[in-house]
Amino acid sequence: MRIAIPVEDISVEGKVCPSFGRAPYFYLYDTEDGHTLFLQNSAAESQGGAGIKAAQLLVDNQVAVVLAPRCGENSAKVLHSANMHIYKTVSSGVSENLALFAQGKLALLDKFHAGFLGHAE
Amino acid sequence: MRNNDLTIAVLSGKGGTGKTLVSVNLAALLPDSTYIDCDVEEPDGHLFFKPVFGTSVPVMVKTPQVDENRCTGCHACVDFCKFNALALIGSTLMVFNEICHSCGGCVLVCPRKALSEKERMVGFVREGISRGVQVVTGTMNIGESSGVPIIEAELRIKEKNINNLTFIDCPPGSACLVRKSIQEADYCLLVAEPTVFGAHNLAMVYALVSSLHKRFSLVLNKCLGGEENPSEVFAIEHQIPIVGRIPFDSELGLLNSEAKVVVWESEKYRQLFSSILTTVLREAHHEATGNS
Amino acid sequence: MRQLVILSGKGGTGKTTVASSFIKLATAKTYADCDVDAPNLHLIGSPFPSVKQTDYFSMPKAVINANLCISCAMCRKYCRFGAIVKDKTYKVDAASCEGCGVCAFVCPAKAITMEKTKAGDLLLYSDTDNTVFSTAVLSMGSGATGLLVTQVKNQMKAASGETPLAIIDGSPGIGCPVIASLSGADMVLIVAEPSISGISDMERIIGTAQQFQVRLAVCINKYDTNLLQSSHIESYCRTRRIPFVGKIPFEPMAIKAINQGKYLVDFPCEGAKALADVFAETMDLLQAEVV
Repeated sequence: MRIAIPVEDISVEGKVCPSFGRAPYFYLYDTEDGHTLFLQNSAAESQGGAGIKAAQLLVDNQVAVVLAPRCGENSAKVLHSANMHIYKTVSSGVSENLALFAQGKLALLDKFHAGFLGHAE
Repeated sequence: MRNNDLTIAVLSGKGGTGKTLVSVNLAALLPDSTYIDCDVEEPDGHLFFKPVFGTSVPVMVKTPQVDENRCTGCHACVDFCKFNALALIGSTLMVFNEICHSCGGCVLVCPRKALSEKERMVGFVREGISRGVQVVTGTMNIGESSGVPIIEAELRIKEKNINNLTFIDCPPGSACLVRKSIQEADYCLLVAEPTVFGAHNLAMVYALVSSLHKRFSLVLNKCLGGEENPSEVFAIEHQIPIVGRIPFDSELGLLNSEAKVVVWESEKYRQLFSSILTTVLREAHHEATGNS
Repeated sequence: MRQLVILSGKGGTGKTTVASSFIKLATAKTYADCDVDAPNLHLIGSPFPSVKQTDYFSMPKAVINANLCISCAMCRKYCRFGAIVKDKTYKVDAASCEGCGVCAFVCPAKAITMEKTKAGDLLLYSDTDNTVFSTAVLSMGSGATGLLVTQVKNQMKAASGETPLAIIDGSPGIGCPVIASLSGADMVLIVAEPSISGISDMERIIGTAQQFQVRLAVCINKYDTNLLQSSHIESYCRTRRIPFVGKIPFEPMAIKAINQGKYLVDFPCEGAKALADVFAETMDLLQAEVV
């Protein structure tokens, strides 16, 4: 299955991005074949609705699980409609969060901040 | 003097300077005038007039909906939407209403004609009479992003009453809501308070009305004796006619904070505002016939 | 970094006086003026030695190429914002254009393109002691948008370093720019005016903040201009369990302070004392653990 994490830059040693919708990139990891890729997040430059557009990007790339520090209500609606699960990251390290997820140690993200009419940070 | 069909927009840039005080009280001086509250985010005028309102008329905007039988999940609508208000999961279309600008683009681009529009309510308009004054109030629903559709609905009501002297109570700021409110106004009345903030914001709204080639003049509010008034200085420097000075007066302040129409409560204020109205009308007509 | 946003619903309640006083009392190193339609905060305090300017681009707007245009008026027919005007040739009124792209789509002559438009200047002021002040100036015809407010805040956060507190002076109303300023706020302080219209406006901004589930508190400015309405505000807060952090009397020195570009709390007066008390209450609430 494919896991996506919003990241600040193109490096697996890089940091998890605090924003979901406006993260510059998403790091994608496939647990079945170990395949990885960095997706450029076209939503980052959006005037508004960035979270929705970012969520659409992940839907279109057949992502099943998202690991993120926070997520907006509108993004969550899109992700949940596509049967994706969202887990809360605990640190800023990408590999660390992937490892914790594999061990079943990450909790589901269940608090979503309200949509800010497309202008969430 | 012909008052018919003159629409005067009252604006100030900054909030709290006295737009509502001025527009409410000028409208209240004459029977058969119209007061339109275009501050749809925070409407106040009706609290002063306390009109008996007729039925509330909802203001509707269009929002897309999908016929799932026709949708093939081609994504054309999602890709087109500049506001990212749409998301597609398989052939289930999700519409984010608060972000949608109702442009109709998604409906046009769908190659299968799978999209159509339904209406949703973003606010409402009410009309009523108070001592002969027609009071029009627009209210935007909390959580909506734009008050423009409500202002447009209010101004359509005005179009039907072409014989009334009309005062438009504008929203604060100097951007799109204000532009919409003053678009069809014949004349603008600026209100400014005697502080550096006030003068700064007067400059912004002066730039706006000048750029729209509106005729305008200025009322100075909360005037204190003796001290230099930065707004008055600005007005003199830019040759803006000053049509009135409302003094800073705690009795006026108290009446106003109790939502009283001061010209109905006190002869002193009736005379003050009458003289402002006379001067404004003279200015408005003079500029129309004379030196534009 | 905790973000305190100061709002009022209605304009003219004294939001900027409260915000500037708080900035002085907190010796805050990080603050922003998000009231970009009528920015005032920069008029208080001493000028900053350096400023960084960045262009602010709003939605790309439609532009009609007159050479390709065949004057069929399809664009005007489909534009829902009244942004296509005829002045010998068909032109787009950029101030009304919302950037939806419908005109470009329907134009049979492909004469319309969407072009990036500069709508203002983002300004980031800074001082040698790492104080940063973020604000923006809009170009004529442009309006405050949620996007601009977000950029003003992001600019502030990016430059802020390790400071514990950021103070944001918000805009009046309850629309998009105000909602954008609520995003990321740890707490909102509402400055209320004791008048019937002021209370109506206060209720609507409270309703807005609550809809977005942001922690809030209320204070009253110029409370002694109407003691009855002030008491109504206090009861309203009590009944709804909204923290009430204090009240400030009408202070004649405030106008002097504003006109001299100084902080009110630097003048020995009743208003300054009351502001300091409201500040202390607000800070206690802000630092308290979220239950």
